[in-house]
Amino acid sequence: MLKVSNLVVNYGQSEALHGISFTAERNEAVAIMGRNGMGKTTLFKSLIGLLPLKSGSIEVDGQEVGKDESFRRVAKGIAYVPQGRMIFSTLTVEENILTGMENAKVKKVPDEIYALFPVLWDMRRRKGGNLSGGQQQQLAIARALVTDPKVLLLDEPTEGIQPSIIKDIAKALNEIRKIRKITIVVSEQVLSFAMDVADRLFVIEGGRLVYESARADTDEAHIKQFLSV
Amino acid sequence: MSFDEIYNIALMQGFAGLSLFAVLLLMGLGLAIIFGQMGVINMAHGEFMTIGAYTIFLLSSLTESYAPGLIQAYFPFAIVCSFLVAFAFGWLTEWALIRHLYKRPLDTLLATWGLSLAMQQAFRSIIGPKEVSPILPDWLMGSWSPAEGLDIPINGMFVLGLTIVVTGGVLLALYKSRWGLRVRATVANRSMANAIGINTTRTDRVTFAIGCGLAGVAGAAFTTIGSTGPTSGSLYIVDAFLVVTFGGAASLWGTVVSAFGIAQMQSISEFFLSGSMAKVLTLLLIVTILMLRPQGLFASKVRR
Repeated sequence: MLKVSNLVVNYGQSEALHGISFTAERNEAVAIMGRNGMGKTTLFKSLIGLLPLKSGSIEVDGQEVGKDESFRRVAKGIAYVPQGRMIFSTLTVEENILTGMENAKVKKVPDEIYALFPVLWDMRRRKGGNLSGGQQQQLAIARALVTDPKVLLLDEPTEGIQPSIIKDIAKALNEIRKIRKITIVVSEQVLSFAMDVADRLFVIEGGRLVYESARADTDEAHIKQFLSV
Repeated sequence: MSFDEIYNIALMQGFAGLSLFAVLLLMGLGLAIIFGQMGVINMAHGEFMTIGAYTIFLLSSLTESYAPGLIQAYFPFAIVCSFLVAFAFGWLTEWALIRHLYKRPLDTLLATWGLSLAMQQAFRSIIGPKEVSPILPDWLMGSWSPAEGLDIPINGMFVLGLTIVVTGGVLLALYKSRWGLRVRATVANRSMANAIGINTTRTDRVTFAIGCGLAGVAGAAFTTIGSTGPTSGSLYIVDAFLVVTFGGAASLWGTVVSAFGIAQMQSISEFFLSGSMAKVLTLLLIVTILMLRPQGLFASKVRR
């Protein structure tokens, strides 16, 4: 469903990603683990098109999207939940969700979304900026989900969020996969969260994927070595 | 003076304030979108008003020479045309100039100021330096006198009505339509709006063009009050920025309220003082309030 090959991304003269390749199947969740500064966010930004590719390709469901502007990639089936949520703080919760429905035929928030995140229904008239961090994270996921994606990208969804909400988010992601059968790519530093949601784990270090394993054969101690500073 | 006379003067003065309110609001509305929402300091806003006014003049001359029978009816159609013409020029300006400057909002000031000067000279060379006035239909002339000694000018009522319709339309479009949602999302975070599926390039262009189109409507309304020259628009640009900034840049309601406040303040003090003293008083009050509330009258309450 998502096929990334030899992705190279530069910040000016310096190369940040040195040829990243991986695939994720339909109804599969993969986690990209790594410490700060190893290239997780750079990878996600280049996948959605906020950073241009130097070379390499990104295919979604067989369609090449590597040269498209972000909004065209969304139409082709990638959705993005950025690090730090980036919800529109001056818009209400409901309006925030509606922004994702640019390509939907009926511009009304589906009941399914509120069923998944009941707190958003209670808060739907509030300004997005007045929500707590965990609520904003759920809002950012809802906003991405209504684009009806084939591939959902989540960049550090647990950052700065209290543990009980982290569990809720993991539950919601598993629920989404059960209903929609979509591909989920999540970047993480919290191993327990990754083990809860992902079928396969990658480790990114210095702009390269250096380790891959299926959840069942994951050597947690080995991955923890990569994550410790 | 009898009580009746005082009562009538108070009513007429009150209406003069309402007319000024309508004019200020029409001027401020387009700028509230371009400056308030998009953050572009458009110094050429006045020239887009002038374009709207010249469009009315052009259509009135054409009607006069080719279809004199329609002179009573052309005006509403001409207002729509002045919106469309200013919209088209705004579209062109965004494409040629503004879209390269979203990351450098202060530079838009210089660029659009240059554009404003260039447009003024273009008006002077193409249309002529003399002030022109369109031929207005008879139903816009004269005044309405519901009572002895009380005269309410019809053109003033027309401008007020037009302002109410346009303001209502803009508020509705911005807060209830898909376009409005796109604009507000793009303004809040341009790259994130793009990453959620919104075509921000097109949104910016349409939004800027609509702001310019509204300036064109303001220009059309002005032709019922005064004559149009190459520099007519530049006289109003300061007032327009004043209205938008005083109201709180991101709030359209603020623009409405601030236009009303400034207009009534000006009109009431003009009755007791001379015109320039009234202006001084109004400006002093605005400066004082802006010192205490730099964000303007209305600012949305959101954690940043």
